[in-house]
Parts: sequence; C-alpha cells; structure tokens
Amino acid sequence: MTDTPDATVVTPPTTVPNPGSGAAESGTSSAQGTGVIETENMDVFYGDFKAVADVTMKFAFNEISALIGPSGCGKSTVLRALNRMNDLIPSARVDGEVRYHGANIYDPSVDPVEIRRRIGMVFQKPNPFPKSIYDNIAWGAKINGFKGSKSDMRDLVQGALEQAALWDEVKDKLTESGLSLSGGQQQRLCIARAIATQPDVILMDEPCSALDPIATLRIEELMLELKENYSIIIVTHNMQQAARVSGKTAFFNVELDTTGQRTGYLVEFSPTDELFTSPRMKATEDYITGRFG
Amino acid sequence: MSTERGVHDADMARQLARKPRRFERLIVGSLFIAGAISIAITIGILWELGSESLLFFLDDDVTLGKFFFSTEWSPQAGSFGIWPLILGTMLITVIALLVAIPVGLSAAIYLSEYASPRVRNFLKPVLEILVGIPTVVFGFFALTFMTPLLRSIFGSQVGFFNVLSAGIVVGLLIVPLVSSLAEDAMAAVPDSLRQASYGLGASRLETSLRVVVPAALSGIAAGVVVAMSRAVGETMVVTLASGASPRNFSLADDSLFGYILSPFEGAQTMTGYIAITASGDISYDTIDYNSIFAIGLTLFVITLGLNSLSRRIVKRFRQEYE
Repeated sequence: MTDTPDATVVTPPTTVPNPGSGAAESGTSSAQGTGVIETENMDVFYGDFKAVADVTMKFAFNEISALIGPSGCGKSTVLRALNRMNDLIPSARVDGEVRYHGANIYDPSVDPVEIRRRIGMVFQKPNPFPKSIYDNIAWGAKINGFKGSKSDMRDLVQGALEQAALWDEVKDKLTESGLSLSGGQQQRLCIARAIATQPDVILMDEPCSALDPIATLRIEELMLELKENYSIIIVTHNMQQAARVSGKTAFFNVELDTTGQRTGYLVEFSPTDELFTSPRMKATEDYITGRFG
Repeated sequence: MSTERGVHDADMARQLARKPRRFERLIVGSLFIAGAISIAITIGILWELGSESLLFFLDDDVTLGKFFFSTEWSPQAGSFGIWPLILGTMLITVIALLVAIPVGLSAAIYLSEYASPRVRNFLKPVLEILVGIPTVVFGFFALTFMTPLLRSIFGSQVGFFNVLSAGIVVGLLIVPLVSSLAEDAMAAVPDSLRQASYGLGASRLETSLRVVVPAALSGIAAGVVVAMSRAVGETMVVTLASGASPRNFSLADDSLFGYILSPFEGAQTMTGYIAITASGDISYDTIDYNSIFAIGLTLFVITLGLNSLSRRIVKRFRQEYE
C-alpha cells in the first residue's frame, strides 16, 4: 500500500502554491507547507441556493481532520465537494478552488472519475453492493484497471480486509453476500472497499452514525491506524468522536440571511485540542459547551 | 360522554355494544362480488376452452399423440399437429425479443441513469403512448412499411408474408413494456449503491451496467418474461404480416435454416390461426371449430407458464439491498 497516488492526471506540486491563502483561517503553525487538499474561497450552490460560503482551508497529509457543526451547516456538502460527489446532483455548482496536490479539481479539463479514484469515500449508512464480500472489494480494483492475476487479486482483497480489521471475521465466508454482515462489519467492508482502490485521501461522512458504540469504537481505532497511510477527512455529529480521533477540527456554523436562506460557513479550523479547550471564536465555544446545536 | 368518576354506569354495556353497520356490510359484500366475478370469468373461460377442446380430442381424426408430435397442420386434410403453429409463434417471439430486449433495456438505462428529469418526464409518457396505438395499426405498419423495407434490403427471397417483418414489429410493440418495467426496477435500486460506485471512481457507464443493472436484474427479467407472453399472445400484427399458411415441415426432409427456421418465409401462429378461423364461415361443432379451442388452451397454458415463471423470478432473485 502506498500513500502517494499514481499521478497520471493530477501531478503533485513541486512548489508550494499560494502559501498565504490557506493560512488565514487555520492560522496555526501547521498551516505552513502544502496540504493534500486545499480549498480557497469555495462556495457551493444548489441551484440559486448558496449552501456553503467562502470556505478556505487546508487539510494536512496523514492527519485526521474532523468537520463538526450543527445540522444544516453544510459540513457534508463541503466534504462532498472535495471529491466532486456533488456532481451527481444536477443543480450543484462549486465556485472558488479546490486543489488536490495543488491541482484544481474543478478545472474543466479534470475528469471527476480520476478524482474519485484518488479520493475515496465512506458513507453515513453502510452501502455494500449486493455482491459477495470478495467481489465487494475486488470490484473497485477491477474498474480501476487492476491487471494482476487471480492470486494478486486475492492478496489485494485480503490486504484491504486486514487493513480494515475485518479479515479474521470474514476470511471463511468471502463468498457470502456483503449484506449478510452486521452494520459495523458492513461499514468496515465499505472502508476496505475504499482502501482497495488505493486512494490517498479517504472522506468519511458520519461513518458511525448508524452504528452502536462498540462498532463505533472499532471504526475509530481503525481510523487511527489508517492515518499512517492515508489522509482522512471525517464529518461527524459527535463532538467526542472528533475529539478522540482527529488532529484538527473545523467548526462550521450556519447563518440566516435576510431572505431566510441558510448558508453554512467555516468558523474556525484549529488543532483539535485547542478547539475544544480554548476556541478562538465565541460561536465555537457556545457550540462545544452545548449552548446551541 | 362524561361519566362520574367511580360511579358504576349501568348504561355502559349498551354504549359499548356492537352497532349493526348494515351499509358497511353492503359495501364489503359488493367489493367481494366484484373480486369474485373476475375469478368466475377465468373459470368460465377455462371451462369453455376445456370442454370444447375435449370434443376436439374425442374426434376420430385426432389423437393426442398426433396433436403434440405431428409437424403438419392442415385442417382440410385432417392433419392436426400443433408444431407448425408453435413454430410460427416461437419464431416471431424470438425475433421480437431480439429487438425488444436491446432496445428496451437501452432505453431503460438511458431513462433511469442518464436522462435529466426534464427529458425523462417528456420521454416516458411518449414511450408509453406507443402502448396505446391499436395493434392493427402496427400490423399495417409491418405490411406496408417493414416488409417492403426488408425486401429492398434482402431482395426477393423475402416473402410478401414473412415472420421477420412481423417479429420486428411485434418487438417494437413490446419495447415500451420492457423499457417501462426495466426502468421501474432500476429506479428502485437505492441511490446509496450508485454513490458507492461513483465513490470508488466508477464512471457512469460502469455504474449503470455493473451495479444498477445487476441489482435490478430480477425486475428486468420479470419484465422480459411479461413482454414475451405479450409477444406470444399478439394476434393482429402476425395475422396481417406473417400470412395464413402454417409452416408445415419435416425435420428429415427440410433444411433447418433454409426453411424451418427461415425468417424470410411466412408462418401462421397459434393466435393467427384462431383469428382467421374464428372470423371465417365455419360451422359450429365441426372439427375446425373445435380445433381453435384446443389451440387456445395450449396458448393459455404457455402464457400462464410464462407469467408464473416471471413471478418466480421476482420472488427468487429479489435483491435485498440493505
């Protein structure tokens, strides 16, 4: 498993682009250098409705970054803008820039399919394919042009399942349907499936919200292990979860404009221990102390 | 209705007693009768088919063996082997499915996976209008457009009456059935599976063909079987376009592809024979008359078999997605 993507389309930059731009919001020592994904003045629209306004942030390599905030603040929208999953909604539009290894992923010449091969995704509800456990993993590799032999594929499947801490539980029933697993196992299967395409970033959209506390704990442990090889960005409703797993946390809030539109915006993006102990913004403090949200 | 707390209400038992609700019982009764009528009609049809067929099989000229194994259908000559008629029906059904499955499935994939809501809301009703066109119009279309077209492509080897023209047009006739049922099945595939696929870097085509279609396969297969039984039962187009002579054949003497399975020759189908014979001036209680019931019964058994096959496909292979 490699932590650099095979850069056939998006070339990692050799110089640091726009060194000052991401630092404005993050404003800490870790803001130096380039991130794996950077957004700059990103707005996301659904038709005329501006869902998220002016998000500038920088996600570091091999770190877990958490996005938190009240319902409707656009944190999932931001996450989906990072690998162009919003493209699937016909009315969705992104302004500003999102850079992956320095390349703007919303450039017209960029193929969104190539983006999603490098920036994998795990969803809120486990969504394994109605195929066998083995095929759930192998499928992603196959469509990504896997050329190896059958035994190479078996190694790949086993490797992905091992990394997702699922191998011991399923090694004797690889031909059974992925849907026969428990919710927590299904979610780890989905993580294994995402790993098998060898992305370098994994986006997780509330990956534990449908799981019980024990399954949640296993996923969190898994995330901490995966951090060694992947950059992870997670949306979570659970502030304790953000505190437990993430290195940096972004707090989003929502404001009502005069026409009653609810637009989300980034309040602050700080190292997690700072955000939870000495938040820089009043809104953050109100949220984490439970005054709203 | 206030009662004093703790005081025994002598009237309560009467208040709680069942009301007669005569009107409601009347409604329920008529609903039941409406349901029972359709069952009674089916039984009546079966009875009629069965009893008249029995007369046919009791005739001295006919034996069950000849009916099911002879390959000659010439009522005038007293030969009643059903295979030429089944052959005609089968040829047309196969050709129709060869047209309807690729076209219908492609249309369904386009409508379900590619078309914008605006295009879909326009195209779906248009496609379904095709269902409302009277089949006799399709028959004319086959005879006056498709057959000349085929003759200009393949030359005079194409007969004036031929199963190819009839089969293609029956295929077009059932395209909306295939596409509509397949599209319903694909629309029922949850979006979370599509998102999973896109999230892994699959293209739209890969997602459509390798995630959505397999997940919807039971519904698609059931739709195809329903369309197939529609093609088997189609009468007007085949009567007009594929001729009124049964394709009598001999497995020993006739060329399999040159004649027996040739799409360029005409062939009467089971439904075509029934339509022609029933509308001609045959007299009641002749063997010709009785033969149409035996064929009707055979047809009934075939379509019943296909419909129950489709039910079983849906039941057996229905995918649970979550």
